[in-house]
Amino acid sequence: MAEIKGPDDGVQIDLISGERMDGLASMEKIRIILDGVRDGNIVILEEGLSPDEESRLIEVTMTEISPDEFNGIEIETYPKSETADQSILDRIMGKESTKKLTVIGPANQIETLHKDETLISALVSRK
Amino acid sequence: MGLLTNLRDSISRAASTLFSEEDPKRIGIYGPPNAGKTTLANRIARDWTGDAVGPESHVPHETRRARRKENVEIERDGKKVTIDIVDTPGVTTKVDYTEFLEHDMEKDDAVRRSREATEGVAEAMHWLREDVDGVIYVLDSATDPFTQVNTMLIGIIESQDLPVLILANKIDLEESSVQRIRNAYPQHETIPLSALEGDNMDEVYDKIAEYFG
Ligand SMILES: Nc1nc2c(ncn2[C@@H]2O[C@H](COP(=O)(O)OP(=O)(O)O)[C@@H](O)[C@H]2O)c(=O)[nH]1
Ligand SMILES: [Mg+2]
Repeated sequence: MAEIKGPDDGVQIDLISGERMDGLASMEKIRIILDGVRDGNIVILEEGLSPDEESRLIEVTMTEISPDEFNGIEIETYPKSETADQSILDRIMGKESTKKLTVIGPANQIETLHKDETLISALVSRK
Repeated sequence: MGLLTNLRDSISRAASTLFSEEDPKRIGIYGPPNAGKTTLANRIARDWTGDAVGPESHVPHETRRARRKENVEIERDGKKVTIDIVDTPGVTTKVDYTEFLEHDMEKDDAVRRSREATEGVAEAMHWLREDVDGVIYVLDSATDPFTQVNTMLIGIIESQDLPVLILANKIDLEESSVQRIRNAYPQHETIPLSALEGDNMDEVYDKIAEYFG
């Protein structure tokens, strides 16, 4: 993302459209998210990640954690999971309905205050 | 890409059940830190093999490497089910070494422990995508089950089409609520137990045989 903020100005929020993410490979998406978060930004994905990408995001996050520098991420999506009612065939045919707004931020700057099926409320602090 | 991998995995899983009927199923024990995964793994291993898997602890991330106990033979109704138990570190999206300092640790130790913890979680995620045939998901029934990590992990397990059994652990605690877990994950069967006290282990073994046999 374009670097337009000064270090103490505030918190940058990147809202990334589903369209922008659609054309990217899983690792490219993960890189965009982690680069943003490691810069102290809050990244909001219009359509979220697939379960497989979420699992890779956790794995890559773990390999990048380093003391006094990066503690990992906080990630929130609405808890409603649609995959449970889907048939295997639907998934093989690519009818995967994982489109759910996802908020990701640096673990040491974002704290979830409240979450339910329809509302995510988070507190974001400066670095 | 994920779909192809899934398809390939399901085919290879199907093939392995076709061609090697006696091969033990590899069952991963997953869940958040402190849920009682190691306590459960040790109880299963002790009940059926006589020895333990690894140390249990109230300090989070005591289990920092996936530990395996092979060829655990569980007998149910005269039928034998053989599984390899894989006890994994608790999955999390963050590890802060300063939390270990609260448990009377020096900084060097805390940093090393957190590094091992992150490696262990990465490894556990990898296992989940590549190397397990079924999952036992352990939750502490005295805490809120409705967390992002639990929802995400269960979604990942479902997307891999792995059989999954949810265990509501620590029912010996007063604050325990099994119903809260059933409400959070109604699409799966939830079995209550106390891994520490050994309560309801018979049903746990029945279900393990039913799901993974
Ligand atoms: N009250 C109670 N405590 C338990 C039970 N199972 C595990 N514990 C305790 O919970 C803590 C974490 O257990 P451990 O097995 O190391 O959790 P893990 O991080 O999921 O592997 C330890 O202090 C255990 O003694 C249980 O069924 N009841
Ligand atoms: Mg453990």
